[in-house]
Formats: sequence, C-alpha cells, structure tokens
Amino acid sequence: MGNVNINLHHVTRVEGHGNIVLNATDGTIEKCQWQVPEAPRLFEAFVRGKPYHMLSHITSRICGICSIGHSLASLKATEAAMGVEISEQTELLRKLAIHAENLQSHILHVGYLVAPDLLGVGSVIPLVGSHPDEVLKIVKLHRISNEMSDLTCGRTTHPISLDVGGFTAVPTEKQLKEMKQKLVDAIPDTKDVAGVVLANAGKLPNFTRETEYIGLVHDDEYALYDGDIGSTDTGRHPVSEYLDITNEFVVPHSTAKHTRHERDSYMVGALARFNLNADKLTPIGKEVAQLFGLKPINYNPYMNNVAQVVEFADSIAVSIDIIDKLLERGVKKEEYKVKVKAGRGISGVEVPRGILFHDYTINEKGICTKANCIIPTNQNHRNIQLDMEALAPTIIDKPQNEIELTLEMLVRAYDPCISCSTHYLDIKFK
Amino acid sequence: MKPRVAFFDFGCCEGCQLQIANLEEDILKLLDIVEVVSFREVMKEHSDEYDIAFIEGSIERPMDEEALKEIRENAKILVALGACACIGGVNKLRGEWSVEEVRKEVYEIADPKDIEGNPYFDLLPNAKAADEVVKVDAYIPGCPIDRAEFGRVVTSVALGKTPKLPRYPICVECKKNENVCLFEQGKFCLGPITRAGCNSACPNHNSPCEGCRGYLDEPRLEAAKDVIEKYGFTLEEMLKAFNMFNFKKEGY
Repeated sequence: MGNVNINLHHVTRVEGHGNIVLNATDGTIEKCQWQVPEAPRLFEAFVRGKPYHMLSHITSRICGICSIGHSLASLKATEAAMGVEISEQTELLRKLAIHAENLQSHILHVGYLVAPDLLGVGSVIPLVGSHPDEVLKIVKLHRISNEMSDLTCGRTTHPISLDVGGFTAVPTEKQLKEMKQKLVDAIPDTKDVAGVVLANAGKLPNFTRETEYIGLVHDDEYALYDGDIGSTDTGRHPVSEYLDITNEFVVPHSTAKHTRHERDSYMVGALARFNLNADKLTPIGKEVAQLFGLKPINYNPYMNNVAQVVEFADSIAVSIDIIDKLLERGVKKEEYKVKVKAGRGISGVEVPRGILFHDYTINEKGICTKANCIIPTNQNHRNIQLDMEALAPTIIDKPQNEIELTLEMLVRAYDPCISCSTHYLDIKFK
Repeated sequence: MKPRVAFFDFGCCEGCQLQIANLEEDILKLLDIVEVVSFREVMKEHSDEYDIAFIEGSIERPMDEEALKEIRENAKILVALGACACIGGVNKLRGEWSVEEVRKEVYEIADPKDIEGNPYFDLLPNAKAADEVVKVDAYIPGCPIDRAEFGRVVTSVALGKTPKLPRYPICVECKKNENVCLFEQGKFCLGPITRAGCNSACPNHNSPCEGCRGYLDEPRLEAAKDVIEKYGFTLEEMLKAFNMFNFKKEGY
C-alpha cells in the first residue's frame, strides 16, 4: 500500500510552467516538491537605463493576465520616486482599471480553469457541449470584464492610455453609462455562476493549515489600488517597509528566492484579502460570501477559488459605484505635466493573485538606475510547498490519480502566475 | 478532417494566448475549423500529433532551443505568435549586458555555485526570436497579438494558404482614423517604420507607436529621418524607443 510515484511535468490550466513531484514507498513520503522550471525573464536588469515614461510599458510585459496591475504598480512607484501628484479623476479611472483586471482574471480562473475540475472534465471545451448555458454566461462575464479594461486602458492586455501623471485618453461619459448598464445587467449572471460553483463546492477538499495572510488594507475600502501592508499575524505596516515583510532568502539546497515573514511561509491573493478585509466588502460581496459560509480567517487554500467568486461580485458593485462617482463629477481630458526629479519610489498594488511591489530608483535625468519587483506568485510558492507537505501524508493511501488531482487542484487554487515570477524559483527538498 | 492545433509557450507573459481566450464567443467558431490537441494553459489533455504549432515567447536557453526544434519536427506548419516569438520583443533588451551581469543583478543574493552548470540558468547570450532557431511558416505580430488578425491567420493557415501581413506603415491606419499626429504633439512615434495591422491601436489613444509589430521589410528610412529631423529629436531618445521591441535590429 501507499506506493506513489507522481511526476506531473508542467501542470496544466495554470499560467506558466510548474511541476509536482511526489514519491512514496509503503506510505512513507520520500520526495514532495513543487518545482518551477520557467525561463528567467530578467526584467529588473533590463529596465535599468530606461527613461521613466517607458517603465510601465516595459514592466506590463511581465504578465499578460495582470498587465494592468503591473502598469499601475510601476506608475505609482515612478510617481512616488519623482514626487508626481495625480488628479482625483485619474485615481478613480485607475481604480476602475484594477477592478476590470480583477474581474477578468477571476472569471477566467474560476470559469475556464477551475470549473473543469469541479465538473470532472479535462478542460472547458467539453463543457461547451455539456453545460452550454453556464459556459455562455461565463464567456459573457469575461467579455464584459475585458470591455471595461478596453474602456479604461485602451486595450485589454498591456494598457495603452495609463501614463505617468495621468491618462493619454479617457472614456466618454456616454461610454461609462453604457458600461454601467452592462455591469448592472451582469449581477444576475454573476449570482447564477456563483450558484454553479456553490453546487459543486463539495468537490473542493476540506484541508486547512494555519498560515499568515498578507495583503493591502485601507481604512475606507476593500483595498486593491492603495493602502498599507496588512498581516493577519502582525497588523499594519507601511508599504515602504516591504522588504521587511517579504524577506527574500535562498535556502542552501535550492537556487530559489523564497519569502517569509512571521512564519515559515505566508499566502497572498483573494483569500488573503478576504481574510484581512471581509468587513469592507459591499453588500453583494458579503451576500456571496455568506452563500458559501466563507468567514475570516479561513485557512483552507482551496477556498481561494471561492474568495475569487466573492471578489468578482464585489468588484462589479464597486465598479458601478466608481462609475457613478465619475459621472457625478464629470469626465474630461486633463492636461498633466511631469517634472523630472531624482528619488526612490516604492508601491504596493493588489493584483488578482495578491500583493505586488515595484521599487525604482530614478536619477536626475529621469532614468531608472535600479529596480526591484516582488510578484505575488513568488510570495506564494513557499506556502504551496508547505501546504503540499502537510496535505500529502493525509491522502497518501488514496489511489494515485486521486492524489494527483488533489495536488493539482491545490496548485491551481493559488491561481499561480508563474511567468510573472521575474525571479527564477526552484524549490527542492531533500 | 480538421487540422490538429497545438500551442506552446517559451519566455513570455502568455498575454498572446490570453488574447485567444479573449476572443470570447468567437472561440467557438474557431473550434469549428480546427481541433485543439494541446494547450497547456487551458486544457489537461496533450498530444504530440499535431499539424499546426503556435509558438509564443522568446527562446532564452539552450534547453528551450532543443524543445523548439522538437516541436518543429512534429509540426507541418509552425506559426510564431506575438512579438516575443516573431522578433524577440522586450526579452531582447537584456542583450545590452552580458549574461553574467544580468544574472548578478537579478539573483544577487543567490550562491553562484547554485547557478553555475544549472541548465535552467544556462542563458543564451541574448533571447532569440523563433526564426533564429527554426524555420517559421507564418507570423502573427504584436504585443499583444491583434485578435482579429489571429482569426484571419488561423483561417488562412487552416485552409492551406499563406497568410499575408500588411506591407505599409502604421501611419496609413493612423491617418485613416483621423488622429492628430503624435509628432505634432511633441512625442516620438515609431509609426512611420512599423508594420500596420493593429488599426493604429496606440496612436488612437494618443500614445506613440512602440514598434511592437516589428519594422517594415522595406521602410522608407530617408523619409523617417526627415520627420525625426523636422521635429528635433535626439539620437539617444530615438534609439531607446527603437530598442524596446526591436533591440539593435540591423539597419536601424
């Protein structure tokens, strides 16, 4: 009994390349690894020497799925370094952009990548035949999310109009009104999709492991665009102290950079944000959380999928609010001028997979001389590894294909964005 | 029989594969004409028997070169998907420094002995476009790709035809869209030498073209030089903009 030999090369339905290795003889685990063989991208090296206005356009290319979040983190760090102020309209439009990305990414993950596990198929393609109504609703919600990215950023992926100090182009009030109507109409579909997930939520393993959750926190809102760093263990810290939170380190038997704060690992992402900010959800966000019985602090990593559904509903409601505010104050093309100044700027932004930090040093000519980007998935890799080590012994006697699926679903629950990990990671345990 | 299609990604952000998901309802139409047999980002199933391979990303390491050569052997038609695979894209920016220097900058805290001899870290002197390693039959340029163009190229490849890309510059589309020229606004734009086909996406939003679709095969360089001179841009500024997607491209 308990002879297991799993070597899942390139886990599917995740962004980037990751391997799961689990070997056991007679129920004794010999090897349990979460490996990431993604090609190094080296962005921090090559943004050096580039002018300040190019930085967000280059770093958005770190990740296709969270290109808006990378752009915003980049712009905020650049603006912090040079002391650039932005207008209220710019801040509102940027917030709308980050909600658009959260919507797009979450529905893609839950609808296209996780749903096949819950419904027992290999991909979304067979679901087109077996569950056409549900698939079409998911496609519709995905399309609306992308339309909001187009509207705010000029393009779905790799924003065009987000700029240091402002926007090169802004949506018209007519476009915003139409967008609002689409969001209002999307609420019933959102509830239907949440219902489908709920009906199959029993397939999510009931596994818990206490860990630390880290994400942005803000006094007035469920923080995505701005805030302090919050920890479920240690409370609030200014974003400028991010290096004391992430503590990148190299273990002797690995070439990887890991992060840890108060414990041996921590988790970022939708579940971390929910655990830190659940009281700041809108009524519809709270309603969906209640539907699933999701309460802070929830220590089941598989519930990250559910937290994404909660955030999806919440982002729709918040986006409607933001559009109302924009329409109330009026939207116009604003002139903005940026004065070059030397300095160092640090930013924290919540992207779909968790907290993202950009840190730039810019010289008196407006040229970047040093950059550091700490990506959510990097911060999660160690938590995935430790979850796997805790989970594997509890399922080791099950059939191998079941163990494999449970571990794959664990990795997928984190919604890892591996090509985002600008640092190479290789996690190996003896 | 429908042609069997597989997707593969190398060093990139996977944003071009995402544009396929972003086709929304139109994906279903594409599934009418092709059978997807491998697409790691969205499906568990995998097969090495395919007719058309789409390659996303740049080739960063010798191990990636080997993987791409194997795909080339399996595929009847190989299509480069997006700027990273077509021209190397932003990944080539690291070519300004030596491999040792960029590794040191990014992995400063790592122990050098963990990196030396590790194939994952064995970087090529610079990132390569797909056609620097194998023969490429068709290109879908852009960062990210244009969804409509993707549909057109797939349809034409599935029908056994050679897809054609525009041979005129972005300026043609930009003028048609009645944008105010970015040079007139004091901005430096790569539209005059960049291949059209994105419907001048960036200038439409008052943002300069960054050349992500690659330069024209026969650009009118003299005319471009006149424009640059007329608006008084410095050589240094220009080269930085040139390099973003087309690092040290010959002839520029």
